[in-house]
Amino acid sequence: MNTGQWLGLFTGVLFGFLLQKGRVLRFDKQIGAMLMKDMTIFKFMLSAILVGMVGILLLSDLEIITLSHKPMNVGAVLLGGGLFGTGWAIMGFCPGTSIGALGEGRWHAVFAIIGMVVGAAFYAELYPLFKSTIIAWKDFGKLGLPEALGISQWVIVPIFWVGVITLFFWFEKKKL
Amino acid sequence: MKWKTNDGGWSPYLAGALLGLLAIASVLATTQFLGKTSYLGASTTFVRAAGLLEQTIAGDHVVSNEYYTKTKVRVDWQFMLVVGIIIGAFISSIMDNSFRMEAVPPTWEERFGSSIGKRAAGAFLGGIMAMIGARLADGCPSGHGLSGMMQLSVSSFVALVMFFGVGALVSHIVYGRRTL
Repeated sequence: MNTGQWLGLFTGVLFGFLLQKGRVLRFDKQIGAMLMKDMTIFKFMLSAILVGMVGILLLSDLEIITLSHKPMNVGAVLLGGGLFGTGWAIMGFCPGTSIGALGEGRWHAVFAIIGMVVGAAFYAELYPLFKSTIIAWKDFGKLGLPEALGISQWVIVPIFWVGVITLFFWFEKKKL
Repeated sequence: MKWKTNDGGWSPYLAGALLGLLAIASVLATTQFLGKTSYLGASTTFVRAAGLLEQTIAGDHVVSNEYYTKTKVRVDWQFMLVVGIIIGAFISSIMDNSFRMEAVPPTWEERFGSSIGKRAAGAFLGGIMAMIGARLADGCPSGHGLSGMMQLSVSSFVALVMFFGVGALVSHIVYGRRTL
């Protein structure tokens, strides 16, 4: 194995460990979040975002790392996001958590993983069609919120923090 | 606020914050060792896995496929990251005794019964849909939800709203008692 593969493996082990410790791998936690009954997934994801955001934006400002926005392709993000949401609700796992769920013994995730590999193969066949239709529709390119709004990211970050922390207090108050 | 959950897990706030630190360390490490900043993600690996499997039966087809060519079918950093997830989850669940063999999850069983066949069909069909959607949107809850949000990407805000918005709607129809 090369350096990249070893680094990926090492990072992945820690990633999987934290996903499992946060108890976010389970079908019932994912569906619980969508049914607005159990917000564990939101608490976990938003905590990660709050912390990660500060470090990543700072490192990017210092030009140590480069940002890599995914393109704001209106049709593809809306339709793809909707299709993902539909599949997610039925499957009860997302790509990363399906793998982790298998690791903690929830072996029905295997059917989800096979389905996703088949879905990826379908997508590879459908790509030329999508490329000339949905993806060609309206593309704003690799866009960050600070550029889109014309305000500094260091104005957006504190607002985001306050908003999310408020949400956390509300979750705890409602025992979600 | 408790740091441990009743079943021996960690508070999602704590585990999540640590994942945030891991995400920062990971962009630094990939930039340093691989010469290119890579962000945590998972769904592209499914494309590579599909390509690797297809290669064994129809090599020419994979070579001529535009999407496989663009994605580069190989075992890369992210592929091993995904492999690592299963190991990390296994270690953690063995350590705190939360490893359980589960064929049908409780919420599913309540609605559809204990049939493994039904659960398999749901997971399989949902998986196909979700992966086509994730590739079209160019990310999943890891790539968009975590990495994209950390970078304040506009597409990730929109994708996450769609993921959860449509997910909430469909899950209420599928598992909810009330019909929408």
